[in-house]
Amino acid sequence: FCTMDHIVDTTPGRTDDTRMPGGREFITSTRASALAAGIHLFDLGDDRQGIVHVVSPEQGIALPGVTLVCPDSHTCTLGGLGALAWGIGSTEGEHALATKTLAVRKPRSMRILFEGQLAPRIYAKDLILHLISRFGASGGAGHAIEFAGSAIRALPVEGRLTLCNMAVEFGAWTGIIAPDESTFEYVRGRPFAPTPEQWDRAVAYWRTLPSDPDVRFDAELEVDCSQVAPQVTWGTSPQHGGGIDGRVPDPATETDPNRRQSAERALQYMGLEPGVRLEGLPIGAAFIGSCTNSRLSDLREAAGVLRGRHVASGVKAICVPGSSQVKKAAEAEGLDKVFRDAGFEWRESGCSMCFYAGGESFGLEERVVTSTNRNFENRQGPRTRSHLASPATVAASAIAGSLSDVRKLPST
Amino acid sequence: MEKFTTLTAIAAPLLRINIDTDAIIPSREMKRVSKEGLSEGLFAGWRYQSPGSREENPDFILNQQPFRRARILLSGVNFGCGSSREHAVWALHEWGMRAIIAPSFGSIFQGNCVRNGIVPVALANELVESLARQVTADPAKNLLTVDLAACTVVAPDGQRHPFTLPDADREMLLEGLDSIAVTLKRDAEILAFRERDRGRRPWIYLEAKGAG
Ligand code: SF4
Repeated sequence: FCTMDHIVDTTPGRTDDTRMPGGREFITSTRASALAAGIHLFDLGDDRQGIVHVVSPEQGIALPGVTLVCPDSHTCTLGGLGALAWGIGSTEGEHALATKTLAVRKPRSMRILFEGQLAPRIYAKDLILHLISRFGASGGAGHAIEFAGSAIRALPVEGRLTLCNMAVEFGAWTGIIAPDESTFEYVRGRPFAPTPEQWDRAVAYWRTLPSDPDVRFDAELEVDCSQVAPQVTWGTSPQHGGGIDGRVPDPATETDPNRRQSAERALQYMGLEPGVRLEGLPIGAAFIGSCTNSRLSDLREAAGVLRGRHVASGVKAICVPGSSQVKKAAEAEGLDKVFRDAGFEWRESGCSMCFYAGGESFGLEERVVTSTNRNFENRQGPRTRSHLASPATVAASAIAGSLSDVRKLPST
Repeated sequence: MEKFTTLTAIAAPLLRINIDTDAIIPSREMKRVSKEGLSEGLFAGWRYQSPGSREENPDFILNQQPFRRARILLSGVNFGCGSSREHAVWALHEWGMRAIIAPSFGSIFQGNCVRNGIVPVALANELVESLARQVTADPAKNLLTVDLAACTVVAPDGQRHPFTLPDADREMLLEGLDSIAVTLKRDAEILAFRERDRGRRPWIYLEAKGAG
């Protein structure tokens, strides 16, 4: 399978000409190669087109127990369905296509138990950001991580995809969640899912997939979810984050010299002083999109915050649905109108401004609150300052014109 | 792929943690549908004065002598984390890097190194820092040796530091093997597995579903 996502423009009326340098050549040669090799292509204009990790669950390509690779690091997203899925490089991609296999070493195993009930307006994104800020961006280095516990069982499938999406930001080889009834319900009837005749056999097989009750992991962690506040990052690594009610930490208090140096660099890049409160930090832009948080439930949550409100003046606000299907479904519910009325741009699906490749970007030193997964230096534009957060927090911050605690906004 | 046996070379210390592949090569530098010409974009965000410019930043280590001739990079934990872009490895390779010594690596990046003739050497943080100190004292003279056959790094002070690499990876680098050719030797076994699996899980295989 192949979809057009990274390189395409997301402005309405887009064509093969993109703002990215070399974009047209990339698109036309991808199209020609996919056709020549007999690969299913979700091309521009195809209503199945979208960001690969949004499209593959949506189309029923990613299924429980499937091994799946893609030359993109966020392929671990699909662990949310109980697929063993991981990102690879291009040479490994070539190997997989040519041989139908990849040799991998058995990774070390880790289980992370998320226990307790999430407070209102706390989402999978907050859980994973909390985990990474607590245990570091290499906290899961090289491990295959099973996310388990009562909070995971209660999490809808789309939230599970968000959680697993950022396993790679925790350094993990991949993340995975045992499939259960919600998974089966999610998968049923999708275009490439098992047919009705195959269904019972498939479900019977899927029920054999969860870990044995007496299994031992190489490492175990536990997170109490009931205390997690809306998360927002302040630096240039996903580990540089914390609750919205917190303050920018002082690097001087960091005992590890490497971490101290990295925090100092980050504050310099982000234009922040130690001790500054995160809540109330003025922003210039808000972005809702990416393979982390651009599914229908994400757009619904953000729209719930935006309904009847308007983004603060001077804030550039953009919403990019994760796939053409998500866009269509959102429009059928009238969400596009909510976003537009609130002052958001409503785009065609694609990776868009989740990353900068010489095309569209936010301004120099622009402070952006974003539902994406990477706050690296220059990730969203030259010297752009990215603050990662959930779609609801992004929406609330767009309205206020500054990083905001979504819990304080009354529902409309 | 060229074979890697032993390398004695200038090493450049870039001791930051979590250096991600966006930093190694920013997306805007990956303009071509090709593996070539990427070294110009290596560390572009740090190496040049401003995004898009080609005016060198004299403070960046790889712009300084003798590090312009470095073949070995010393770095901090989680080197090559982030995006799977193999361009990061292609850019490093084209620039001339043949070994990277760091306490740990992003896992996709590590796999990409092995497939492109770069040795990812994992050594404890204190060791990497000690190597960096020795190198910095006199970079042109204090060379490092990466001996892949013996799986050791020889420091300027003569100390030998063992490192580990999975056998398959080591062999691939030592022999300069093409991994596709190696795997295809077992094509019969692969096909037999697929036949069995198709019977067991027919829904995985598109042909069985008749989906177009
Ligand atoms: S949305 Fe962003 S993180 Fe996801 S695949 Fe696209 S560029 Fe990568």
